[in-house]
Amino acid sequence: MAKTEIRMTGSGGQGVIMGTIIIAEAAYEDGKQVIQCQAYGPEARGGSSKAETIVSDDRIHYTKIKYPDLLLSLTQESLNKFKDAVKPETIFVVDSDIEVPEEIKAAHKVYSLPILDSAKDVIKNKMSANIISCGVVNEITHVATQEAMERAVLNHVPKGTGDTNLAALRLGGQMIRDYEK
Amino acid sequence: MPSKLIEKTMRVNRLPHIWCPGCGHGILMRDVAQAIYNLGLDPDKVVIVSGIGCSSRAAGYMNYNTLHTTHGRALAFATGVKLANPELTVICITGDGDCTAIGGNHLIHACRRNIDITSIVFNNNIYGMTGGQYSPTTPHGEKGTTAPYGNIDYNFDIPKLAEAAGATFTGRCTAYNVQGAVKLIEDAIKHHGFSLIEGMSVCPTYYGRKNKKGDSIAMLNWQKDTCIDAKVAAKLPPEKLEGKILIGELSRDESKEEYTDMYMKIIERCGGNK
Amino acid sequence: MSDKRFQLLQGNEAVVEGAIAAGMRFYAGYPITPSTEIAERSALRLPQVGGKFVQMEDEIGGIAAALGASVAGLKAMTATSGPGFSLKQENIGYAAIAEIPIVIVDVQREGPSTGLPTSPSQGDLMQSKWGTHGDHPVIVISPSSVQECYTETVRAFNMAERFRVPVIFLMDEIIGHLREGCEMIPPEELTISNRRIDRQFNGTLAYAVQEGNYVPEFAPFGKGDHFNVTGLFHDLDGFPTNDNQQTDSQERRLLDKITKRRDRIQKWEEVECDDCETMIVCFGGTARAVQGAMDEAKKQDFFKIGMFRPITVWPFPEEALNKIIRSNKHLRQIIVAEHNDGQMVLEVQRIVEGRVPVIKLGKIDGTTITPEEVLKKIEEEY
Repeated sequence: MAKTEIRMTGSGGQGVIMGTIIIAEAAYEDGKQVIQCQAYGPEARGGSSKAETIVSDDRIHYTKIKYPDLLLSLTQESLNKFKDAVKPETIFVVDSDIEVPEEIKAAHKVYSLPILDSAKDVIKNKMSANIISCGVVNEITHVATQEAMERAVLNHVPKGTGDTNLAALRLGGQMIRDYEK
Repeated sequence: MPSKLIEKTMRVNRLPHIWCPGCGHGILMRDVAQAIYNLGLDPDKVVIVSGIGCSSRAAGYMNYNTLHTTHGRALAFATGVKLANPELTVICITGDGDCTAIGGNHLIHACRRNIDITSIVFNNNIYGMTGGQYSPTTPHGEKGTTAPYGNIDYNFDIPKLAEAAGATFTGRCTAYNVQGAVKLIEDAIKHHGFSLIEGMSVCPTYYGRKNKKGDSIAMLNWQKDTCIDAKVAAKLPPEKLEGKILIGELSRDESKEEYTDMYMKIIERCGGNK
Repeated sequence: MSDKRFQLLQGNEAVVEGAIAAGMRFYAGYPITPSTEIAERSALRLPQVGGKFVQMEDEIGGIAAALGASVAGLKAMTATSGPGFSLKQENIGYAAIAEIPIVIVDVQREGPSTGLPTSPSQGDLMQSKWGTHGDHPVIVISPSSVQECYTETVRAFNMAERFRVPVIFLMDEIIGHLREGCEMIPPEELTISNRRIDRQFNGTLAYAVQEGNYVPEFAPFGKGDHFNVTGLFHDLDGFPTNDNQQTDSQERRLLDKITKRRDRIQKWEEVECDDCETMIVCFGGTARAVQGAMDEAKKQDFFKIGMFRPITVWPFPEEALNKIIRSNKHLRQIIVAEHNDGQMVLEVQRIVEGRVPVIKLGKIDGTTITPEEVLKKIEEEY
């Protein structure tokens, strides 16, 4: 039973919730079973926010993630908050401005990527960091096909920003392929 | 034998009504029926909605579609009826406590929405059904069973409250002046938007007795002497209006679009009318 | 709006889609977390299908307007959460005595008063049955998945129309905010119950029922039947009465129409209840953790666990539970898992009458029960 549990974290407004919805929707379109949920309330207003997607070949019963297969953090605060709820196999993806404790680097696979800077400098849209993140996460986990990811992105971004956001998605994938070289 | 009007507009087998001897509510109920009849409305398309209290028992006697709801909520129920089926003529009969105390929130918001409902508040200045407690329209200083030392609350002017909240037609009538009341209720029903009429009733049993206002006839005579038509009043100097209460049409605004009309346009825009 | 048959939806959104498929054409409500998405999607979707939405000035106005619309002939719904559910109670009783079909959604949140607005809870279970004053009929349905938010909302409307009762759709934040796949079954493939609106009473009595029947037929306002609707006890004509005999017969019929027809209303799920040693009784979102525990148990060669899940929580599927207790000779204990301090457990204890131990697993800190906690409880009590 293949099951992938993804937790995306950041600060309120960075769009990590939308990121998990896009991944879930793409995987669902590909015929997978999915769950998406997020933290609500004061927790979701400013401060750190958390959203989760589970993708599986089989029916998903329990709706929450205890220890994710992949933890993505776009801010230092969110990494600090969620770094301990992990298992040995958990893969970390962090923005390159974030300091990752040595013990995590020693024990886990960690991708440190310039997600926020690339959104600003390459895509020229700070709001695309979550879409870059989607590209990154899917390139690592392969929970959805690229075609489904692209359709899901177009389904959720504002009209007129489709091309920019597709570029962001592809940039995310490229970051991982370059990283692995 | 009931009159022709009563036979045509009332559930005759449910009469006589439960109101006390001398109560003004029966007169006001008849005025409403007379206005509906005069306008030639199809009784099948008339809905009377009421809340709880003396006033709200009127709905049960009237031979239309009648909805006797919960305390204070008549206008909220009426909003649902009207929006669900805008071709119905929706008339609310409510009381001073029902409409302006427990139902005050629904009142101001129904006014604000300008939904085509005619609301007639039978104001007897007291909670009659529960035995004479002071209401939001019991005058300052007067007595009720819960104001044994005199009422220190200040009272509402209901038409002013409604006008300020956005009602596009307001008026006041009395149990004494039947012809004026019928004409005013007709105009309010014809008005396409939210209309509110304060119907000044008399409650000799509780309000009258507690406050030494005399019997029903004395109270009706007081209405006759105290109330003056707004159109007449407009031509009089202020000193002549001291202590007078204005009746008749008090405000009208034809500039605001009616609520259900606007909603039907949204449905059209969404393609939901197909 | 996508017209795809399979869509990724939030539970709250699926309720609206199911309601529209069932024929909902009126929604009135007031914003409250965690149910607000139901109002938002209704505002968006209803005019597209010719329906009406109104945001009322308060919670009471929300249910009142929905009831008014129902009397005028539209299938109507309102949605809320704890504080609003408390405020709506009086008019739930009104719907019960005046026999007005309506669906009331309560997406439960933690605690009394304002509590924890965004945290899951199932603390309104007893309120959903007893919340309004006086003896009254009510049907309560609780979904455990986004798909059930769709299909069980359809059933909620069917029950409301068929029995002329308020039906409470008792959700929790777990399912309300969960996104998962949902099949948008079109109305033509669903069983849809509609009230009889073609009947003219023609001088017969609005609240009279035919021999052997419990539910009077119902013509909406505007169709030519001038009948009276009231929250007072009333005679067969709908007119208020103080007559004790009439009061008794009306109240009996109101209660009988549910209790005597409960086999048509009750619905539940049994998973491996035939030979389990521990049976977990749960409802709504809690079932997901229980199923998660069952998945874990299978990996670990754990005790045999079964799950009994009322989908219609009121009237409780009493006969079904009794049948398991009678037939399953391996059953050693029943654990009732719920996000409150023990409400459904009282009903289960009443039914079980001490034949096997019935143990509570409650949680009231605003977090969800986890599969680990379920397994731990089983071990502790075994």
